[in-house]
Amino acid sequence: MTAQGIGQILVYVVVLIALGYPLGVYMARVYNNDDFARRGRFRWLGAIERGFFRVLRVDGDREQDWKNYAKVVLIFSAIFSVFLYGILRLQGHLFLNPDHLPAVPEHIALNTTASFITNTNWQYYGGEYTMSYLSQMAGLAVQNFVSAAVGMAVLAAVVRGIARRSRNDIGNFWRDLYRSLVYILLPLAVILGVILISQGVVQTFHSHATATTLQGAHQTIARGPAASQISIKQLGTNGGGYYNSNSAVPFENPNGISNFFEMLAILLIPAGQVFMFGKMVGARRHAWMVFAAMLVVFAIGVAINLPAEQHGSAVLRSSGVNITQGNGQSGGNMADKEVRFGQAASTNWTVATSDASNGSVNSGFDAQTPAGGAVPLVNLFLGEVIFGGVGSGLYGMFFYIVIAVFIAGLMVGRTPEWLGKKIEAREIKYAAVGALFVPTMVLTMTAVAVVTPAGLASIFNHGVHGFTESLYAYDSQSNNNGSAFAGYGATSFSASFGTVALYLGRWVPMIAALALGGALAKKKITPASAGTFRTDGPTFVILLVSVIALTAGLMILPALSLGPIMEGLMH
Amino acid sequence: MRTIVASIVAVVVITAFFGFAYPAVMTGFAQVTFQNKANGSLVDAKGRLVGSKLAAQGFTWPKYFHERPSGTSPAYNAGATTFLNLGPTNPDLAKLVAQNAQAILKLEKPYNPGLTIHQIPVDAVVTSASGIDPDISPAYAQLQARRVAAVRHLPLSTVQKLISENTDGRGLGFFGEPGVNVLELNLALDKLGGK
Repeated sequence: MTAQGIGQILVYVVVLIALGYPLGVYMARVYNNDDFARRGRFRWLGAIERGFFRVLRVDGDREQDWKNYAKVVLIFSAIFSVFLYGILRLQGHLFLNPDHLPAVPEHIALNTTASFITNTNWQYYGGEYTMSYLSQMAGLAVQNFVSAAVGMAVLAAVVRGIARRSRNDIGNFWRDLYRSLVYILLPLAVILGVILISQGVVQTFHSHATATTLQGAHQTIARGPAASQISIKQLGTNGGGYYNSNSAVPFENPNGISNFFEMLAILLIPAGQVFMFGKMVGARRHAWMVFAAMLVVFAIGVAINLPAEQHGSAVLRSSGVNITQGNGQSGGNMADKEVRFGQAASTNWTVATSDASNGSVNSGFDAQTPAGGAVPLVNLFLGEVIFGGVGSGLYGMFFYIVIAVFIAGLMVGRTPEWLGKKIEAREIKYAAVGALFVPTMVLTMTAVAVVTPAGLASIFNHGVHGFTESLYAYDSQSNNNGSAFAGYGATSFSASFGTVALYLGRWVPMIAALALGGALAKKKITPASAGTFRTDGPTFVILLVSVIALTAGLMILPALSLGPIMEGLMH
Repeated sequence: MRTIVASIVAVVVITAFFGFAYPAVMTGFAQVTFQNKANGSLVDAKGRLVGSKLAAQGFTWPKYFHERPSGTSPAYNAGATTFLNLGPTNPDLAKLVAQNAQAILKLEKPYNPGLTIHQIPVDAVVTSASGIDPDISPAYAQLQARRVAAVRHLPLSTVQKLISENTDGRGLGFFGEPGVNVLELNLALDKLGGK
């Protein structure tokens, strides 16, 4: 931990805000303006958009109420699931398979389908030796775009619901989907892809290369169309790597520059969406406060993970080797970490990927120290609302905001209000379901996994650490993150059980969010009075962070003490 | 029903564009502008393909610099990367660290009298995340310099000069950490013609 290392993380935050703000303003225009790109110089773009609707035979301008919006989301996702499952199972008979890989096994294919449809990218397989180029490119990478766009579309609809008054409709799914894909994700993916290619990320249709090393041994080098997939897996908070070791692999993340941009991409859209929200509902100061609350939790994660990893594990400290930073080394816990990233850049990635529901990694979490590894575990459990997944992060945060406003209302003894809308029983119910369903599911599933022989079979490191591995697996899948304590293994039980976690963890909060948006859209605006609790000041930041800590934080504390805390105390 | 038909059409249109057109255009761009990098930063030397600048290859000969331990199977498998995943309190990790440290002491001590375990940098005894980390810390390179110089009958200063020439600094001088690229360093040594 040096000034240089902390400086890297500070620069990261500054660049994130500097790029996230204008992106947010742009996204607000994309979703808010019926005529976006339909007039003036970019008229041809609008023509393509209308062409897309014509091919689909839908009216992109006719808005839906929340129930219809949710229905279309679910049907669209179900059909894409069937299609993706088909590709994975049939890849052995299809084209673009130069390394002649066979079909993906049934339960792995089911889990992988659920995982990519739900924007999770939990991986019970190693990409480079399981998936054909076709599966990676036309199956998984497409979902990186689509699952992200679905989350962004839903967020846009929910935000409209907050902004509107006395209305039933909250937007048109097809239009929101198209605009997320074409006006936001595609241009960003191309820009990032070009940067990554220039730094040395592979992008080729050639099959693996075979080298004869300087010592005369044969070495197989896996390649493929990786950069185009990596750019979107970072931007869309997907996280599923082209290679098994994800962005730790030099072909996926070759140096400090590629690492910085890949990390930036993790939080760029989620951070931008906070500002988009402020712009769309006309509450910029409130949005800044929400952003500040997120930044506080991000900073706490860094402040725990970095010193813990730099201090090193008990095993390394007692081994006698030199773990002191300086004199030509980064030092600390270098197990399952890469030299070119060292501690600061590994911590920055760990915190960013677990705050967002990205789940890509540039180091191995299973090998992190107990205190260090507890950071991503808790971040996931908070429901991926600290920046969070594209779309899903902010609408998840709305649940906590509603609860925070409700608690503030109880304290001052008034009907709670949020941005001029009265928060009543119905909204509280939706928010409670949205905020509490997933944590409850995580704890239940972990409990089942650690008392059944079928569940225990997946554990790699036995003892206390094995409990943490199990907890992390269901935490990650239920919260649609996708990162792993990667020793945790695939069995038909863990893959099928995980599939349930993936789908429920995605759809239950999403439908709750749409319902919340729909309920708020119907309401009138009440003018603020002297007694209204202000949501645009620092008091609100403190309240919001406390509510997150009290709801999700307290729920995970018992499990945390059985896992990382006990492991830390034992050594 | 109308939604189902629209969804099926959308699946086809979206897959055609984002699954084929987008990666194809990106690949075309990559192959034209950064051909070597896009194909895996492969290195040709001695009239053959000797590996990739971005993958460790498992050097063991005394005349070469060695890389970090690897958790892949077999070791340094650039076709199937993996973390080792040993937890921070796993007794196997302690065993592995002790073994690796002893092996390094045995190899380097004849050239570094007075070398103790406290001088071995941590990256030398634990696996990398990819299992094919192409870099070692400058500290680990310095530790190996005397052996390589002695075996090759080169002045230590020549070897040290090559180390600094093959050290990749931080990205833009700021991001990440410096690392010594082992394949490039060993190729530079071979080029000198020392034995």
